[in-house]
Parts: sequence; structure tokens; C-alpha cells
Amino acid sequence: MQMRHWMWLSLLLVVAGVALIIWRVEVYGYPLLPGAEDETWTVQARVRIDPEEGPVKLTLKLPDKTPGLARLREDFISRGFGLDVQDKPDQRSATWSIRRSGSSSTLYYRAQFYRDPENQAFAPVPAYPDVPRLDEPFATAMRSVTDRARQKSADIASFATAIIAEINASAPSEEISLFLNSPEYTGKKTEVAQTLLAAARIPSLQINGLLLVESERQSELTPWLAVHNEQQWLFFDPVTGDEMLPDNLLVWWLGDTPAVTARGAEITSLQWSVRRNLVTSLELAERRADEHDSGLAALSLKQLPLQAQSVYATLLLVPLGALVLVLMRNFIGLRAFGTFMPVLIALAFRETGLLAGLVLFGLVIAVGLILRMYLERLRLLLVPRLAAMVTIVVMLMLLISLFSAALEWEVGLSIGLFPMVILAMVIERMTIVWEERGPGDAMIESAGSAVITVLAYLVMGLDVVRHLVFVFPESLLVVLGLTIACGRYSGYRLTELIRFRELSISQ
Amino acid sequence: MNPISRYRDLRRAGVLGLNARNACYIMTRNQRRLYPLVDDKIQCKRMLQQRGIAVPVLLDSIRGQYEAGHLDKRLQQLDKFAIKPASGSGGDGIIVIVARRNQRWISAGGSAYSLDDIQFHVSGILNGMYSLGGQPDAAMFETLIEPAEVLKSIAPFGVPDIRVIVYRGIPVMAMMRVPTRMSGGRANLHQGAIGVGVDLVSGVTHAGVMQNHVVELHPDSGASINDFSIPDWPDLLAMAARCQQAIPLGYLGVDIVLDERHGPQVLELNARPGLAIQIANQCGLRKRLQRVDALGEPESMSLEERLACVAKIT
Repeated sequence: MQMRHWMWLSLLLVVAGVALIIWRVEVYGYPLLPGAEDETWTVQARVRIDPEEGPVKLTLKLPDKTPGLARLREDFISRGFGLDVQDKPDQRSATWSIRRSGSSSTLYYRAQFYRDPENQAFAPVPAYPDVPRLDEPFATAMRSVTDRARQKSADIASFATAIIAEINASAPSEEISLFLNSPEYTGKKTEVAQTLLAAARIPSLQINGLLLVESERQSELTPWLAVHNEQQWLFFDPVTGDEMLPDNLLVWWLGDTPAVTARGAEITSLQWSVRRNLVTSLELAERRADEHDSGLAALSLKQLPLQAQSVYATLLLVPLGALVLVLMRNFIGLRAFGTFMPVLIALAFRETGLLAGLVLFGLVIAVGLILRMYLERLRLLLVPRLAAMVTIVVMLMLLISLFSAALEWEVGLSIGLFPMVILAMVIERMTIVWEERGPGDAMIESAGSAVITVLAYLVMGLDVVRHLVFVFPESLLVVLGLTIACGRYSGYRLTELIRFRELSISQ
Repeated sequence: MNPISRYRDLRRAGVLGLNARNACYIMTRNQRRLYPLVDDKIQCKRMLQQRGIAVPVLLDSIRGQYEAGHLDKRLQQLDKFAIKPASGSGGDGIIVIVARRNQRWISAGGSAYSLDDIQFHVSGILNGMYSLGGQPDAAMFETLIEPAEVLKSIAPFGVPDIRVIVYRGIPVMAMMRVPTRMSGGRANLHQGAIGVGVDLVSGVTHAGVMQNHVVELHPDSGASINDFSIPDWPDLLAMAARCQQAIPLGYLGVDIVLDERHGPQVLELNARPGLAIQIANQCGLRKRLQRVDALGEPESMSLEERLACVAKIT
């Protein structure tokens, strides 16, 4: 019963911790490894207007749903203008308005996108279009083109491909030429395709997209064609007729209407631009979790003030150091001064580095031991003696710092971060062990302490470890579970295999 | 050495490791509330005396720092005594005074102590220098034990003692701890005393261990430490078993000394007895503990029944 109890508890903690980590990795893309980077693209529409007399109202279509991409954030920069964003399901748009505007002004819309393969949402399914009512000879031309295309095709996809191929043929047929040469359709191949598809009552949408390719200055819009085959949207390249959608095509707006309409002002320029940014995966994941406002997922140390963050970045490592300590003591069987002394010393070493830390530490301990031997002669009572040792240790640290400042050895300055009370206790404990049990035992315990300190330092210094505990504080549940499991280990320690070697049956 | 096969060998030999001792025996069999009774030797002595178990006489005890000032008056009558921290462990902080010359006390190791020296040592004890966790402690003055003459052949100097592990009221293993020059006259194995295995039924010694090496001769006197028959062995076992009735710790270490004039006396009890006794006896503890568990409820047996079990479990 009791046996089961701890196993279940330990298992539960480990599973809960791992599950939380996996959830946050899978759903929000928190990076498991440090230094991971993701691409994001910042797209920008820049509209310059020359106002006429009276109020100005300007409407800009906004990018909404693009399969494979998701929006991280958007900004509107428009000094003095009022802003209203309309979230209609088929078309988002922003309306800027101002009562009086003296000079020409520039309005910006900026949005950041990242790849999200899970997000496949696109425009809602439209109604079947009516067969266009065209005048002759367009009506006849339309019928004969659709008849030909129908003969060459098996389904809606191949029908659309056939239509697009015919429009883009190097030597277009008479019917197509009729369309392309008419003033109404000149240069609007996509609209011709839509008209012809409507003749077969196939719903289609014109996509005005922006290819997410970093450009020096200005990007051009890329038209694309979306065709609904009664089950899903199919995307076609309006030039080649290939059925595909580039994974870096951002759908800005749909339809053949212009992106910007203005009242009371003249649009003097409209420019599109794309910039590629690299952000750390962590930053991206945090912003996503923030957007979704999910309490547990957004649980992040980044919400704390910077100072508290750095405190916790260190504190969260202590349980791991303690786990190393547990393994060293209960599985290996090393002996050390004080229970958690090695972990605290290892924390201090993070500031100085390992080698410099060991040297400085050894120096303080060695000088402290000599002075402690002298104090022994003074016969001080225990607590005053410890207080005196703390004072001596602080003075030693100060001396070392002053010396290293004079020698311009910067590492020496960080000795100020050593836990001085711990140092004083180590000296005291070492003296007692030395006198009571002899120098041999003192050396064994010193060596044990040093080994645990170095190991704890190495584990706590691993980039992966620091990243994991900082980004996923729930990993402490795993540490706790493992520690509980370790607490129930009742087998031999490694050193006991040597200690009891005479009792080994095969001897 | 292959650690995995060594691990299996030790397991098969029934060797008890520290982790298993703590998890399976100390934590399950020893109630925490009883620890203070054995950790404080003054209290422990009182409990044992109430049960009529012989202990070295407590001459004096000091709990407050102010009392340490009047030490000279208290020590006036005393020439031979041992100063001990009441909550000390592993023999730390013990000074054995064997004689007084003028105003100086001579220790067993031959050093001279002035009143000042003793006062300093006592205040160190009171401040918790030797107690677990540095808690304030008491200093006790105990009569000096004069080891029985018969022991001189095996233990030429210092005070040897006999450690008996009593599990659920039944003695399961015993060893004699023989001081050496290296151990400074102390009976602590890690300081260099010899741990001598004792046959639990007959009380006859067999091979000993010093600093984890098997020895057959005392390193100082050259006398054999094997085949020594400890006098009054059944009484010693009975005494150890009765200690468990006084303080009902399931897994208990009992340290007994043989005094020349007063016979066997219980020096102290230990709620966390060490495991070196297995090396001294060249035998694992675990199987014996399991055999005791197989007896059912040994705690409810009478003393005679328990002692009768000793032969069965070895």
C-alpha cells in the first residue's frame, strides 16, 4: 500500500510535468531547445493621400485568413485619424477618418505573420453564381469556350485548369481574344476566368496576394484564383493553370475591388512591402499564448519584472542541483560538508566560472582554516567564534576583491557573491572533522563536497537545463517526482559495494 | 570489479546497506518520538535505571552556561571521570580523565588539562558544538569505567565495549570494539579501533576488522583477538534485550562495557547503529532481520523466549 503510494505520486508528478511541457510545445510552439528561431514576416501597406476640402474617409482592406499562415499582431499608424476596424467574415477592413486634414498624410498598416500549418481556414463558401448575362458576341463565345473546356475535363479542378490554359495560350482562340481585346476585360485575365467559371456555375474568388519574399523596397501584388469544387477550395495559378498555393502567399484581400478607397482625398501612392524577421521561438510562442489568453499556457517567467526573472532563473536551478546531490549521496554514497552546501557553492560558481571559483573558494577556505586554528587558541564560545569566522571570511573576500581589482582580474571581483555564511560554516565543520576524525576524513569529505559541487555546477550550467526550467517551470514537477522516487531507493550505494567487498559471496 | 555482479553478490549475502537500513528498518521500526530518549544520554541513563539496568553512574551534569563558572567546586571531589556531550555522536567531544596531579587533570591519552581547558571544553559542549544540528546541549560527568581485568588479554588499553544490535527485542548481531593506539584509546571503528566479530550464541570472538582490513592480532600488543570468550555472555545478551523494553526502539544498538567492579553496564543506546558490524562478523544482517520478522510478534514474547530465539536466527 505504502509502496504503491509513493510510486503513484512520483509517476503522477512526472507524467503531469511532462504532459504540461508537451502540451505547451505542441499547441503553442514553446521551444524545447534553447536558441531555436522562427521566421516571421512583417507586411506593410503604405498609403499616401492628398486631401481635398472637407472630411476624409479612407478604407483599406485587411488581410484575414490565409491557409498555412497566422497573424501575430497588427499595428495601425495614422496620426490624427480616427480608426475603425470592421471584422466582417468575408472581408476585414479598416476605415480611417478625419474631419479636416490640411496637408498630405501617410497612413500605415503593419502586420506580422508566422507559419502555422494547422491553420487552414479560408473564406466562407459562396453561393453558386448565376450564369453571366452577356451581350453577343460574348455570350456565344462564352458558351463555346466552356463547352470545349468541359469536353477536355473530368471534374471542376480539370475544368478550371482547362479554362486557365486557354486564356493563357500563346496563340489564344478567337473567343478568348474577343474577351481579352474588349475594353471591359483588357489585362484582367483572372476576371475572364471567373466569368467563364461562372458560366458553368462554379464559385470562384480572385485573390489579391502578397508573396512573402523579402524585397529591397516595394513588393508587387500577385493575383491568384480560388475555385470551390463543392467540397473545398482549390487554388490555381492564374498564369500557368497549376493547381497549387505557394506557402508564402499571403491573401490580402478577395475580389476585384481596389484595396483602398478614399473619399475626400486623392490617393497619391499605395506601396506594399515585406520584411522577414527572425524571432526566438520562445518569443513567438509567448506572443501566441498571450493572444489566446490561456492562463496556464501563458504561465511564463517573462511576465515577472526583469529582476525577479533573473532571481527565478537561478532559484529554479536549485532543485536540480539538489537532485544531483541526492544522486551523489544516496546512489553513489559520497560524503560532503553540510547537506546543501555543495549546491549553494555551485550556484556561486556560476558567476565566477568553475576554475576561478574553485581557486577562489580554495583560497578563502585555506586562509580561513589557518585563522580558525588560531581562533581555537583564544577559546571563544561557539556562537561568537562562528560570528568571528563570518567576519574574517568577509574580510578575506574583500581583500581578494581589492587585490584582483588592482590586478584588473575581473573574476576576482565576483567573489563578493559567494555565500559567506556557508563559507564560514564549511571552515568550522572542516576544523571539527579534522580534529575529531583526523585529516583523512576531512580530506574525504572535502573531496566529496568538491565532486558534488562540480557536478551540480556542470548540470546547472547546461544551456538546455537552464532553458528548460526557465521556459517550462512545470519541469520542477518532474524533478520533484524523481526526487521522491530517489527517496525510496533502498539498494546499495556505489561506495558500499567497495566498503562491504569482504562480504561479497563470491569472495 | 563488476559493480552489477558485486551488487548481486552483496544482495545474496544479505548485506544491509545504509539506504535499506534507513528506509526499511529505522524509519519503519523506530518511532521518532523515542529518538530524544536515546539521543540525550542523561535521559537515556535515567530510563535504563528505572528498569533496573546497570549504567555508569552520572556524577554531575551541566546544562546552563552559568553553571560552567562554578566548575572548580564541582570538580573538587573528582579525579577520575569522563566528560561527555549528552547528545554527542560517534564519540566526539569525550574527554576521559584518569588522574589529577596538582591542579591539572590527566587524560587517558596523557594530555594535561587545566581548569580553564575543561571549562572551555564544557562550554563548547553546552553551545552544541558536538550535538546534531548544533543545538544547545548538556555536559555530563560520568564515573570512569575500569575495564574488567579479563579483557586485558584482548584489549591491552582503553575501554573496549560490546555493541549488540537488538531487533524487535531480539539480539541479532554483536561485536566487540577494541581500542588501539591508532584510535587514541577510543572504541570508535572509524578512528582505528578494531571491530571484532562475536559469535552470538557462545560469545566467542572470531576475526576482527581494522580500517576495513581483516586482522587476527592486536596491532599494538600482538595478542590474538580470536577465540576469546567474553565472560557472562548470556547476561550481556539479556541486558541488551531488556534495553529494548526500556526504550521500545525496533532497531537498536546497545553499547555495553564490562567494569571490573560493577560488572556489565550499558554505556549508551543508539537509534541509528552503524553497519560496520557486518564487516566485523563477516556476515550480512538482512537475513537475520528477516528471520526475526518471520517470528511474528517478537515484541510480545517474554525475555526468556526472546533469548531462546537467538540460536534460531543465527
